[in-house]
Amino acid sequence: MTMIVDVLSWVCLLAGGFLGISGGIGMLRFPDFFTRLHAAGVTDTLCAGLILLGLMMQAGWGLVAVKLFFIILFLSFTSPVAAHALARAALHGGLKPLLHKAEEDPSKP
Amino acid sequence: MFAAATLAILVTMGLALIRAFRGPTVYDRILAVNMFGTKTVLFIAVFGFLTGRPDFLDIALAYALINFISTVAVLKFFAYGDLDNTAATPDEGEDG
Amino acid sequence: MLLSFLAITAIAVVRLRDLFGVVMLFSIFSLLSAAIFVTLDAVDVAFTEAAVGAGISTVLMLATLALTARTEPPPRHGTLLPLLVVCVTGGALVYGTLDMPRFGDPQAPIHQHVAPRYLQDSPAEIGLPNVVTSVLASYRGYDTLGEITVIFTAGAGVLMLLGAGRRRTAHRDDDKDKRGSAMKHSLVLRVVAKILIPFVLLFALYVQFHGDFGPGGGFQAGVIFAAVFVLYTLIFGLKAARAVVSPRVLHVLSALGVLLFAGVGVAGLFAGGNFLDYSVLVRHPVAGQHLGILLIELGVGVTVAAVMIMFFYLFAGRTR
Repeated sequence: MTMIVDVLSWVCLLAGGFLGISGGIGMLRFPDFFTRLHAAGVTDTLCAGLILLGLMMQAGWGLVAVKLFFIILFLSFTSPVAAHALARAALHGGLKPLLHKAEEDPSKP
Repeated sequence: MFAAATLAILVTMGLALIRAFRGPTVYDRILAVNMFGTKTVLFIAVFGFLTGRPDFLDIALAYALINFISTVAVLKFFAYGDLDNTAATPDEGEDG
Repeated sequence: MLLSFLAITAIAVVRLRDLFGVVMLFSIFSLLSAAIFVTLDAVDVAFTEAAVGAGISTVLMLATLALTARTEPPPRHGTLLPLLVVCVTGGALVYGTLDMPRFGDPQAPIHQHVAPRYLQDSPAEIGLPNVVTSVLASYRGYDTLGEITVIFTAGAGVLMLLGAGRRRTAHRDDDKDKRGSAMKHSLVLRVVAKILIPFVLLFALYVQFHGDFGPGGGFQAGVIFAAVFVLYTLIFGLKAARAVVSPRVLHVLSALGVLLFAGVGVAGLFAGGNFLDYSVLVRHPVAGQHLGILLIELGVGVTVAAVMIMFFYLFAGRTR
């Protein structure tokens, strides 16, 4: 039983790490602010959630798991709100989302 | 394998940092800082497990709070120009 | 790896002209420092650094930016001479450190006498699991009293410099309210803040009193407490925040914390021991230590929170 929990926690940790890196790469390569916002959001919610979940499984029942749970709860409250506030501020500041690529690019079919 | 997770988080932090330096608009930078903050929270949590001292979680929780407040402060500053929220820059009727 | 991030961030801070970006990078700098402290196993310091550097400092710097310019003007004098001075000074400092014992060297003087004495005797004399708190609050309690007095003095100084604008700001608040100012708050932010704030206040109290057992204590708790009020002010406005905790209360509280701390010290004098000797406060010495540490940490927390909130009110109230 503990073996399964162990393996599961490693899977969660690794998946979280992978998602974090892919979110980071997305931050660098996405063309527009709003798309980057999405990439960062992935890291804040999925990556953080999976990593913390993996840690919770490692910790077993106890105060540590409760604290981790509180961190997850807090992050799940505040990261979406922060992303929302960011997007709203950006829109209000006049930043326009990139809706379509320019058509006058002859090299692409 | 905590080390692998720690390494992954560090790499992500580095990527966010690059975006913070490059980011053409200010919002990119704010986003990068916010993401950096969340990664720091994760780093502290994982590192605590790596070194076998889970007391670090208190810091992680406090840090998550600070990160949030900092982001909100920056956005308010940006939208209103000052921090007490009484400057009137009315929105164009959009709902919160 | 973290240190290299730190160096890169520092270089970027210096090179960037847009001051807003600089503030952001400063906050990243504080985060990195906190992470480095964590890797060095200095947990309390990391806590305080994260809370103060990335939270309060960033917010205060932003408030300052609201009053001053957004970009830094290009330097008007040559940079070669300052560079030379800095390099020479830096070189001299590094040369000075070559004489110091290596980091963590067990033969270093501090590890021969001072540290073992604290580490060995602290459980018996003070009985707290968190040795950092016992060193800060009891063995070196006098230094901590000095720190609080410095914080209080800084608060008094800022109050003298910025407090005079208060009457002017009060009129401006009335004007804006009369205009029916569109204080369009985000509904999402307000609801979430209202839900979160009570829990975070509870967390601040937990950190305050848990400092005996884990990382925490007065400074960190005070900063978290202040951060909650900063959040409230950001979302609901300075007027609403002033109605909740009025500046007058803050003035009194900031002095009260220092008074509590010094009072505990003087009580030790009256009870027959030295200044700030807690063992004589009650009958049993260890219980006396606990009581003394509890009271002074409370004093520290109260003063730090009050001064930080006061800073924020003063900075944010000074609109251009």
